[in-house]
Amino acid sequence: MSYIAKPQVSHPSLRKNKLGLTSRDYEGAVSTLCAGCGHDSVTAAIIQAVFDLDIEPHMLAKMSGIGCSSKTPAYFVQQSHGFNSVHGRMPSVTTGANTANRHLTYIGVSGDGDSLSIGVGQFVHAIRRNLNMCYIIENNGVYGLTKGQFSASADIGSKPKKGLPNQQEPIDPVSTALSLGATYIARSFSGDKAQLVPLIKGALLHKGFSLVDIISPCVTFNDHEGSTKSYAHTREFYNHVVDVDYIAPFEEITADYEQGSAMPVALHDGSKILLRKIDGDYDPTSRARAFKYLRDRFNAGEIVTGLLYIDDERKEMHDLMGNVDTPFAELPMESLRPPKGELQKILKPYR
Amino acid sequence: MAGTNDIVIKIATVNGTGSASANGLLRKAIFRMGVPVVGKNYFPSNIQGLPTWYEIRVTKDGYQSRSDRVDIMVAMNVQTYSQDMADVAPGGWLIYDSTWPRSRQLDRDDITVIGVPLSRLCNERFDGVRTRILMKNIAYVGVIAALTNIDLKVIMGLLEETFAAKQHLIAANMEAIHLGYDYAMEKFSGPPTPKVEKMDATRRHIVIDGNTASALGCVYAGATVGAWYPITPSTSLMDAFRAFCARYRIDPESGKRTYAIIQAEDELAAIGMVFGASWMGARAFTPTSGPGISLMSEFIGYGYYAEIPAVIFNVQRTGPSTGMPTRTQQSDILSCAYASHGDTKHVLLFPADPYECFTMAPQAFDLADRLQTPVMVLSDLDIGMNDWMVPEFEWDENYVHDRGKVLSAEDVEEMEVFYRYLDVDGDGIPYRTLPGTHPKGSYFTRGSGHTKYGAYTENAADYQEVIDRLDVKWETARKLVPEPEIAYSKFNNAAILTVGSGNGACKEALDRLGEQNVGLNYCRVKAFPFSESVREFIDKHEVVYVVEQNRDAQLRALLILDFNLRPDKLVSLLHYNGIPMNAGFVVEKILEEITKGRAA
Ligand SMILES: Cc1ncc(C[n+]2csc(CCOP(=O)(O)OP(=O)(O)O)c2C)c(N)n1
Ligand code: SF4
Ligand SMILES: [Mg+2]
Repeated sequence: MSYIAKPQVSHPSLRKNKLGLTSRDYEGAVSTLCAGCGHDSVTAAIIQAVFDLDIEPHMLAKMSGIGCSSKTPAYFVQQSHGFNSVHGRMPSVTTGANTANRHLTYIGVSGDGDSLSIGVGQFVHAIRRNLNMCYIIENNGVYGLTKGQFSASADIGSKPKKGLPNQQEPIDPVSTALSLGATYIARSFSGDKAQLVPLIKGALLHKGFSLVDIISPCVTFNDHEGSTKSYAHTREFYNHVVDVDYIAPFEEITADYEQGSAMPVALHDGSKILLRKIDGDYDPTSRARAFKYLRDRFNAGEIVTGLLYIDDERKEMHDLMGNVDTPFAELPMESLRPPKGELQKILKPYR
Repeated sequence: MAGTNDIVIKIATVNGTGSASANGLLRKAIFRMGVPVVGKNYFPSNIQGLPTWYEIRVTKDGYQSRSDRVDIMVAMNVQTYSQDMADVAPGGWLIYDSTWPRSRQLDRDDITVIGVPLSRLCNERFDGVRTRILMKNIAYVGVIAALTNIDLKVIMGLLEETFAAKQHLIAANMEAIHLGYDYAMEKFSGPPTPKVEKMDATRRHIVIDGNTASALGCVYAGATVGAWYPITPSTSLMDAFRAFCARYRIDPESGKRTYAIIQAEDELAAIGMVFGASWMGARAFTPTSGPGISLMSEFIGYGYYAEIPAVIFNVQRTGPSTGMPTRTQQSDILSCAYASHGDTKHVLLFPADPYECFTMAPQAFDLADRLQTPVMVLSDLDIGMNDWMVPEFEWDENYVHDRGKVLSAEDVEEMEVFYRYLDVDGDGIPYRTLPGTHPKGSYFTRGSGHTKYGAYTENAADYQEVIDRLDVKWETARKLVPEPEIAYSKFNNAAILTVGSGNGACKEALDRLGEQNVGLNYCRVKAFPFSESVREFIDKHEVVYVVEQNRDAQLRALLILDFNLRPDKLVSLLHYNGIPMNAGFVVEKILEEITKGRAA
């Protein structure tokens, strides 16, 4: 069992956000995951991101499926509603919830088994709809909760603890999302909080489907020599390509960036994310070029990370559907019925 | 035997030839003459080319079910001609298109065969292949009008209403009517068919299908989210909901929609969307049929355990597996009652006709909200897709929807602490909060073991406490669901008990048995869990004939399970070939049982 760092007393010097809350207010129940599990680090990054963005806890909805990863919404932002659904079906629940009320910020936490094996259907359709949510995959290449079987993201040649190496082509969530037209696609590593936190912030604020695929090693079943989702392997082969900085509303871009490498993208709340291209050749706004780049790097065994694609123009699901902004639960029942006496008119064709 | 205002007309055509509007015109004309009618479709799982039939039962007594005879057959389909001829009752009539010769050997001498050169008449008069085919259909309506005395003024009136925006079509259609009408008047000299005579028995009634009625019920219930994956025979429910919403659910200020229809990628997603929306406080539903229920099952159990409202319309079709998608059955009773693994059971409503489809839709939403659980409305293809004459729907403007125990921000603010699964009121129903209301109201919705406080648990006692409380809620449900329809005769030994669309055939059977001095009492259950009054009813009888449309006596099994009844008291009468049951079947089976020595 590991614990997310939890000071016992709230230190007066603990930084407060605009709502007057400290990061402790964004914590959840004590994690019951294995000590060293990558998922706990992602939880910490989520807490940081939500705190920094001054999101009111009750205006966050935490969605998940089933798996070690899907348990984690219990471990952050206690004062948010959570929906730990059934295995692989978090996207549909989020679709329904978001349809009914667009005012909450939706964060979904899923695993590679949950999203790429049993739930791949719902995953791809949520992308197609451009559902406005931050979708996190805590990707460890295995089913942690059922004790280490390969998932659909296992790389060819990756060795299990026991048995033969994987022979099947992996499903890469990033290229899948890219081909389906997701509008914010990022990849990161649970061990790289500095990169991860701004990526999650951008994902939370982006209007539309934001995928954050996070290599999040399973220390118990997939962290050994020969595994391609281990800490060691990830550290060795991962590469930043486009990093982001989060710039709050009214904040100036102050740091110096190399000419041509920095690209600000305005978010709907007035804040910005600033893309910093580490590889000058990379174009995170072109699907076709991003796809080729990712494929080439993948073939070279590299793990490309950062904000890999962004499209801030496409309408999100709610706008495409043309619903009212008011949460459906708040519409007065009378307003949902045809006017008084109308029933007789409605029935006329049936006489 | 056929008689005045007691006629069965069956029209055999080919799928995709546009006969539906002609058949509708004929059915409506009779209805407008004040005479009760029933319209049944027998159609293939096909878009074009296979045989399809429409059966109009003219029934002065206002019976709802299919008849067991055909008096007048309109045999427009050469493929099925010999079968159609064989189906005509002795002494009946058969109309066919005599443009082309027909093989002699097909004749029957106990019926009257009437040849009308429908194609030739229409080809001479109209241009264009499509128009000719459509007008040929209208022309056979003219023939029947001539034979049965249907008022041409009524037909004219209907055409004027239908084509108000396309004046030239009124004249053309009326001409086609006359082609058939005049030909029959001039040439037909055989034994006269029974007639349709004006009555006054359809006032304040409508003819409508169950799916349209359910959809309208959803609109009045304030449903805002419909998520679905298309499947026969439920598809027309969402089509109708969409059409009503386009008219009545546009916010006048913003021009935006106060509803959302999501076509899901499959039924697993459809029900997931419903739970997501209901969790957020919207009234959400999904229409489906048996295969969809199978796919939704894991989630339905989740909804039961995590206590989230949902309304599911299961328009049942013939199973198992893909079965016969365009045929009817009541074979999902058990799979719906106990959908999902673990100890789960679900509230079911059983409408008998489109009238109850309309009234039970708001009831289903109210029950789902009140009980915080999935509620399934089990109609079937017969109800959902056929044309039923039912009393006009009414809406009480003072009706107050029951949104159940939902705490507001103010409620939560006043509370020391909120726990999701406490039985505060002793009725087994806890209080819930909606996301986005108040930070103190937050809780973690889960399908894993939880305590009454909503916390994860693997503790035996804490787990069991919640599961037992759900059973308290089940007993509350028993008191809230609609009571059965019960009718007593002057005899009290035996009774018929049925469900849903079995109503029409059973009631007609009761009349016919009564004429033979066999008196039976009657109970039609409207919901599961069964009300106590159902048990009391069964207790009063020596024998209860349980009439249902499936092979495995599912309703009977459910009664025995729910009430712990002595099985030998419940005698099954089962009809499950996919065609709607008729009264003749019920009468015959009951008489058989009586001859075997069973009580009546
Ligand atoms: C319908 C269904 N089938 C199987 C399971 C068992 N199961 C639970 S979690 C899981 C795999 C989870 O893998 P992943 O999403 O990668 O999460 P991780 O534990 O690796 O974080 C499986 C197969 C289940 N809960 N439900
Ligand atoms: S089994 Fe693996 S994924 Fe699950 S908690 Fe342990 S380390 Fe994490
Ligand atoms: Mg995994």
